[in-house]
Amino acid sequence: MLNNCARTLGRQANKYGRLYGTGNDVVSRMIPDFVDMSMNTISSFFATSKNNYATEASFETKPYKVHKLDTTPSTSVTCTRDEALLLYRKMQTIRRMETSAGNLYKEKIIRGFCHLYSGQEAVAVGMSGAMRPHDMVITAYRAHGWTYIMGIDPLGVLAELTGRVSGCSRGKGGSMHMYSKNFFGGNGIVGAQVPLGAGLAFAQKYNGNDGVCIALYGDGASNQGQAFEAYNMAKLWDLPCIFVCENNGYGMGTSNQRSSASTAYYTRGDYIPGIWVDGMDVLAVREATRYAIDYCKSGKGPLVMETFTYRYSGHSMSDPGTSYRTRDEIQEVRQTRDPITSFKDRMLSSQLATAEELKKLDNEIKAQVDEATKKAKADREIGLDELPADIYSQSLEPTIRGTTPWNGMPHKHVGVSS
Amino acid sequence: MVMTPSTKMFLRTAANVLNRRAFSTSRVTCAQQMTVRDALNQALDEEMERDEGVFIMGEEVAQYDGAYKVSRGLWKKYGDKRVIDTPITEIGFAGICTGAAFAGLKPVCEFMTFNFSMQAIDHIINSAAKTYYMSAGRISVPIVFRGPNGAAAGVGAQHSQCFGAWFAHCPGLKVISPYNSEDCKGLLKAAIRDPDPVVFLENELLYGNQYPMSDEALSKDFVLPIGKAKIERPGNHITLVAHSKAVELALEAANELAGQGIECEVINLRSLRPLDTQTIEQSVVKTNHLVTVEQGWPTCGIGSEISARIMESEAFYHLDSPIVRVTGMDLPMPYTKSLEVYALPRAEDVVTAVKKVLGARSK
Repeated sequence: MLNNCARTLGRQANKYGRLYGTGNDVVSRMIPDFVDMSMNTISSFFATSKNNYATEASFETKPYKVHKLDTTPSTSVTCTRDEALLLYRKMQTIRRMETSAGNLYKEKIIRGFCHLYSGQEAVAVGMSGAMRPHDMVITAYRAHGWTYIMGIDPLGVLAELTGRVSGCSRGKGGSMHMYSKNFFGGNGIVGAQVPLGAGLAFAQKYNGNDGVCIALYGDGASNQGQAFEAYNMAKLWDLPCIFVCENNGYGMGTSNQRSSASTAYYTRGDYIPGIWVDGMDVLAVREATRYAIDYCKSGKGPLVMETFTYRYSGHSMSDPGTSYRTRDEIQEVRQTRDPITSFKDRMLSSQLATAEELKKLDNEIKAQVDEATKKAKADREIGLDELPADIYSQSLEPTIRGTTPWNGMPHKHVGVSS
Repeated sequence: MVMTPSTKMFLRTAANVLNRRAFSTSRVTCAQQMTVRDALNQALDEEMERDEGVFIMGEEVAQYDGAYKVSRGLWKKYGDKRVIDTPITEIGFAGICTGAAFAGLKPVCEFMTFNFSMQAIDHIINSAAKTYYMSAGRISVPIVFRGPNGAAAGVGAQHSQCFGAWFAHCPGLKVISPYNSEDCKGLLKAAIRDPDPVVFLENELLYGNQYPMSDEALSKDFVLPIGKAKIERPGNHITLVAHSKAVELALEAANELAGQGIECEVINLRSLRPLDTQTIEQSVVKTNHLVTVEQGWPTCGIGSEISARIMESEAFYHLDSPIVRVTGMDLPMPYTKSLEVYALPRAEDVVTAVKKVLGARSK
């Protein structure tokens, strides 16, 4: 009932937006009908002339699509100035960090794998805006942004990428294996994190708290058999798991149309209700996540959420990302759907912040990430004594065999604590 | 003095009886017999009672009472929350169990047989075994993967093979391959209490066998150390190293050989990872001869590993002849009844191997 009201209000707000022509540039660039005026500012409250900013503003999101749900998240969302600044800061930090990671890779300081999150920031950041401290997260190999969101500072991420001691896994994990409290990676096996996430949700339920687990995977992984096995058991046992398909359009170089018989990922849980949300709109993601957490913690079982997003870089650093899509396509998304630019425009048009403030914030973030980058480059690697460290939490053999019978090394316990 | 084998055997038996009368306590005479199945069941029950975080998940573990009745009665006692039937989706429930272990629970993940663990091996190795290392010690994974392993009878190629060597290959795992009821109880309890991922390889053909349980083994505090082998039968002439059902085979051969004046020292490995190399080495230093016995395939098998380790150790210099492996044949298991028996090592293979190794001495 409440949600229906919200929807009605949302529609009316849309109507007024159209009637009174309050659309701004961002809106006028939105092409499909259903998103018409969706990013329009409805109103700004409590504008204080003294500081020239609003303390709170409401916005209209694109409509959500739902599967087997009677209600939808509210399309009318409210955001305070402090919240907005925090969301902006987080998104911009991830963007900066990933740019820096890309450069470190090109300098050959980061080795092996490096999958950048640029373009998808609104998903992690929006979700974090709704999560509670005891909610858990597990994601795929594109894990840098989530690691930062789950409490590791840029140095912890970048130094892990450079393989140095200040990395959150002391440089032993690398790009895909970063962890923190209630954050279980980072997983290099496509789709493996889906049942693992259901298992984390199982533990939440077993322990009798109202925590949920957010298990993220891409449109590529969505076709893995184990995802469907996890859906099935999660629904059978009503596990509080939010299965989040970050649909960025491509699994490596295979577009979702070429990989998935149905690209309506939010419906692919079949018997599990689903929500489609604009993954480029941080506030929509936050609102949908609030809705999903409420749903899961109420004991109704799992939910599938598709966040429609885009990856600017190639699949990994070895992929220029241009053989299977056009440069124009990437450019088009950057210009019309960029999660940071569009949110910035909203903040400015609703007077939640001034251009000068954001500029200042940008500089601050740049300085912070530059500093972390410098440290991550200059940092040392762990010593050889840690090569055989933490293979076991309780090692039963004092010595780990070396490359020959004569150079075994003592097993050591170092143990990063959460 | 020349003795016929039967005279020698008689004397030994008599000596054993006398010894028992003189030195043994009530342990042997009063020992309760218990099947391997019941010993496993008791271990699960006691550990579930002891720790709320322990739960069992797998196919048919709850309402069906376990495909092999290992979890019999536990669903009735502990309920839906802690004894959970799954659909037939191994990679899914192995992943769910591993995720639950990430969060600190203590899952006992049952594979109806280990043949189906191949569906889930990614979670056993990539998710369970490696996470503690990859996270630099942040996330431990206290999980037990258990179920029947090894050759069964008349079930054909896909349901008859030993995964001991597969899992023992992987750092991050602890691998247990118990033989009798005491092994099963003490080691399963140890596995559940262990903070690391443990693969626990039972043997379907041993489930119904009864073995003596000492008073100590019947106690709730009975826990055996993982990674320690047990000398099942002491002897001076040759060392037989075996695990799981092959221990039975080694003991059988040792009995037969004892009648011929050859005293075998039979080592029950109990754990495959860590492998108790020290116990094997000490025995080899004493006996100067080694034969390994296993039902698994020969290539890169447990026997191969033991041979290599002895080659690399001081014990090598104590060998009077090369190590010989007695293993399952290097082929998929046939259904054919008359051939199946030849695909697996028999006591006479062990006897032949021992005689060949001892060659020069036992003419």
